[in-house]
Amino acid sequence: MAESKDSILKKIGNYIKNIFSKNKKDKYERLEYASQSQLIWYRFKKHKLAAFGLTVLAILYFTSIFAGFVAPYTHVERIGDYKYAPPTEIHMISEENGLRTPFVYSYSKELDPETFQYEYVIDKSTEYSLKLFVESEPYKLLGFIPMEHKLFGTGDKDAPVFLFGTDNLSRDIFSRILIGGRVSLFVGFGGVFLSFIIGSLLGGISGYFGGVIDEIIMRAVELLMSIPKIPLWIAFSAAVPRDWTAVQTYFAITMILALVGWTGLARVVRGKLMSLKNEQFAMAARAAGASDFRIITKHLLPAFISYLVVHLTLAIPGMILGETTLSFLGLGIQPPAVSWGTLLQDAQDLTVLADYPWHLIPTAFVIVTVLMFNFIGDGLRDAADPYSSK
Amino acid sequence: MQQDTLVEINDLKQYFAIEKGIFNRKVGEIKAVNGVSLKIKQRETLGLVGESGCGKSTLGRAVLRLQEPTAGDIYFNQEDEKVSVLELNNRDMRKVRANMQMIFQDPFSSLNERMTVMDNIIEPLVVNNIGDKASRKKRAGDLLEQVGLRREYLSRYPHSFSGGQRQRVGIARALSIKPQFIVADEPVSALDVSVQAQILNLLKKLQKEMDLTFLFISHDLGVIRYVSDRIAVMYMGNIVEIGEREELLRNPYHPYTEALLSAVPRPGQRRNRIVLEGSTPDPINLPSGCIFRTRCPYAEKKCAEQKPEWENVEGEHFAACHFKDSLELKGIKNRKRA
Repeated sequence: MAESKDSILKKIGNYIKNIFSKNKKDKYERLEYASQSQLIWYRFKKHKLAAFGLTVLAILYFTSIFAGFVAPYTHVERIGDYKYAPPTEIHMISEENGLRTPFVYSYSKELDPETFQYEYVIDKSTEYSLKLFVESEPYKLLGFIPMEHKLFGTGDKDAPVFLFGTDNLSRDIFSRILIGGRVSLFVGFGGVFLSFIIGSLLGGISGYFGGVIDEIIMRAVELLMSIPKIPLWIAFSAAVPRDWTAVQTYFAITMILALVGWTGLARVVRGKLMSLKNEQFAMAARAAGASDFRIITKHLLPAFISYLVVHLTLAIPGMILGETTLSFLGLGIQPPAVSWGTLLQDAQDLTVLADYPWHLIPTAFVIVTVLMFNFIGDGLRDAADPYSSK
Repeated sequence: MQQDTLVEINDLKQYFAIEKGIFNRKVGEIKAVNGVSLKIKQRETLGLVGESGCGKSTLGRAVLRLQEPTAGDIYFNQEDEKVSVLELNNRDMRKVRANMQMIFQDPFSSLNERMTVMDNIIEPLVVNNIGDKASRKKRAGDLLEQVGLRREYLSRYPHSFSGGQRQRVGIARALSIKPQFIVADEPVSALDVSVQAQILNLLKKLQKEMDLTFLFISHDLGVIRYVSDRIAVMYMGNIVEIGEREELLRNPYHPYTEALLSAVPRPGQRRNRIVLEGSTPDPINLPSGCIFRTRCPYAEKKCAEQKPEWENVEGEHFAACHFKDSLELKGIKNRKRA
């Protein structure tokens, strides 16, 4: 018994020693055992702007995935008679009690006798507290998790909260933006993934084997690049049947964007492969008897995967803008499905813009998203560059 | 010392086409290797020396068929069977490749930075399906120790090593499938002089332990002198002279060898340097007759008209020069001429 006690004590002692030695373990030792991708990650974390971009995007993606919970309404729900209601003001200072928790007032609509237009008048008689995790109608989050709460709200039908106002069908624009983000934010990933496959495959074949195949593929790329983008998109999307469901159209749009977008990537991959295939490590793999496929996938592609990641990160905003453009022109996602592009369709009308400027808010989301992706791409590029000083 | 031939190269040619215009019209050829014949014997080190751009490395790569040679034959004696390397299909070629490996010049680009040292070393084993995971790991560890590195380095990545250490890893990789024949393409020219000696000694030690045959390519006569059993001198895609080390160094017959030897500084001696005029000829338009005649201080009319025959001088010493028996090569002292 005494012996085992000793051994246990010894084990604990060793354990503590290990923790200490681990903490003291040199930073350099960690670097020596780090793979290339780990080294890139260490450098990326130091890039402040990129970290900021990553955070903002994480929030955007998170809220649009869980839009069912975050958004107070759905994208098709008409809320009472609140047509073109301006954004709800959120107050912190009450006229009676001074500083208090956030609250809203309710609206009421009145006809302006001079202009014969309905105007919203704030009714200051009651203060409706904004509550977190407010009770709501039962719904299913992501289609399968039964929920009975929303992130925020007043819990009172008389005092709705429209953070970004409502549109001509009295739908909440904030909710529509979050739900539209599901299409707009993810079309980039789908499109980039597809164009990554097409681009790296064709570019890889072109660069590694060269010769006639290279010539044919590169001429095809140039041909595709020389066609103006928007007419090409329009031509493709005209071919998409009108009676397809929203999901089918979504995938069709992704395909269209990818079919046009792979050319730049193919060129990058081709150029890189051409320079890398004569590097000594590729030659060493060939001397070892590795097949062409193994050399490309195991040695050459990993050698510039960081460039690819940068390129792809910078390609996503292009895809997002592409979807927005298509939907804006009425060729992309069809109502009642919603994306940032279809939301901006409502802002096409000049009188709407003049009277109800909150219709432009979706633009801010597009801009912020594109900008953040560029920050991240920038950070990745710096981190992946072995010659950067950081 | 009578040894069997391991590798035999017959009239090997490697031309690179120069293409121009959008239709890739062939406008010329760079004759990087222009008809080389060599025999490499079992367990010897054949040093291949020549100036930059003379086709040494191209020859080395062509022998391993890392590039497809334009013409010629390569025979490899594998288990008493003479295999014509250039006639093999891809599958059989892989089997032969297991017997011929390469050590590369630049230790910074010859290792895959994305893979650990272990993955780099066992790559040939993985590709050829030799052994299982555990046995490969053990082999990689043994090899690391054999080349003078610590076994713990297996899980590190190449970026944490110095040039000399990387070259040791490169050597371990070449040895992992137990080849008989290794082409060492300038294995020390990218390293510091002190490290060079270590690597050369390591190669010598490994050769003894594992019965290796080397084709050792270098532009550095000092290095070649240190490692080689026989030396071949290359000029503009041709071998101009080949012989036993001592014999060739003391008693060269080709004027180019003479000029090369005279360029090596020797401590304590006044140099009697022969400076070659001009620069190497254009490999696209090689001179007629003897390729060296444009720079040869002894060139005569015959040299422009006739290509010199490959002739045996004495024993295993060959030289390609019309006047090898009559020239009094002035850079060479103590010349014993019969």
